[in-house]
Amino acid sequence: MSKIKLITDGLVKNNPTFVLLLGMCPTLATTTSAINGLSMGLATLFVLVLSNMAISLIAPVVPDKVHIPVYIVVIATFVTLLQLLMQAYTPAVYETLGLFIPLIVVNCIVLGRAEAFANKHGVGESALDGIGVGLGFTVSLTVLGLVREVLGSGSAFGYNFIGGHDGMLAFVMAPGAFLCLGYLMVLFNKFVKKN
Amino acid sequence: MAAKSNLTNMVLVLGLTCLLCSAVLGGAYALTKDPIDAAAAAKTEKAVAQVLPHFTSVEYNADAKYYKAMDADAVVGYAIESTVVGFGGNLTLMVGITPDGTVYNTSVLSHSETPGLGAKCATDQKFMDQWRGFDPSIKKLSVKKDGGDVDAITASTITSRAYTLAVENALNTFNALSHE
Repeated sequence: MSKIKLITDGLVKNNPTFVLLLGMCPTLATTTSAINGLSMGLATLFVLVLSNMAISLIAPVVPDKVHIPVYIVVIATFVTLLQLLMQAYTPAVYETLGLFIPLIVVNCIVLGRAEAFANKHGVGESALDGIGVGLGFTVSLTVLGLVREVLGSGSAFGYNFIGGHDGMLAFVMAPGAFLCLGYLMVLFNKFVKKN
Repeated sequence: MAAKSNLTNMVLVLGLTCLLCSAVLGGAYALTKDPIDAAAAAKTEKAVAQVLPHFTSVEYNADAKYYKAMDADAVVGYAIESTVVGFGGNLTLMVGITPDGTVYNTSVLSHSETPGLGAKCATDQKFMDQWRGFDPSIKKLSVKKDGGDVDAITASTITSRAYTLAVENALNTFNALSHE
């Protein structure tokens, strides 16, 4: 498999949000704005790349019966590491994402990639797969966040373009998240995935 | 592909993984402890500076959760942390009160209100500005819907009520302090 294909696969064929439908909980909850979606995507990318690499390294020596607990411990370590780093150096971002950072541990994308890819491939390939899927997640979350922010608060990346008016608030809340996700999925499958 | 799943292997691998991971986390905790504390302290200091006039030193009272701000020897005011239950969870405010008992300013430390509705309590200029110089001896401390003088945020009466209650609690703390 070529290296570029590993990355584009994560963006299109294995797009975690629009194709695999993994990690829906953080997807719906954190995409109230483009910036939030982007930060959540990058946080997951960080964990995904590191845990994919670590798991591809240790997979040969891990007995089958305990592989899930071992993987979860590894993933949880990277998530906690990320949490400490964010708290120390980007406290503002940490505050907005709050609860959803520790929840990356149980994000099915991370464990999913560990199970489906990293434990069967080398370190390099696993890292690329992590980058690909992570980028796919980041792009999807940013787009979803942007659509919801534009419709819901009338701004894009925090830049307000409708003055003091209110946006369509429903889009900032949960129902809007489901609606936007559904329509984006339709568009994605119609135009992007086909080719 | 994987090592054999016998008891020794399983205990060994799981044990070693946990040991290694806790070592990594212990190290990371030690390294990030100072920056995390500094970030938290900077945040509180900023919140105190936002709700009180110029001061030179701050004294923290951990029991009653208030900060006493001094400029040289004179007390310029108290910044009181006040937590109430809002619409979506806890709403924590920092309320600055000058020695004469008026509110100097308020700021939101943390909240989990609905984005676009109650969350406006931390961004809506009109709502926030009405707390500047709010004198509870002249104005009635409850939202207009309940017969008071506080302009509620549109469609977020519960959040506005909670905010008002938080200010009221802070004022009560202040009154208890000044009667000591």
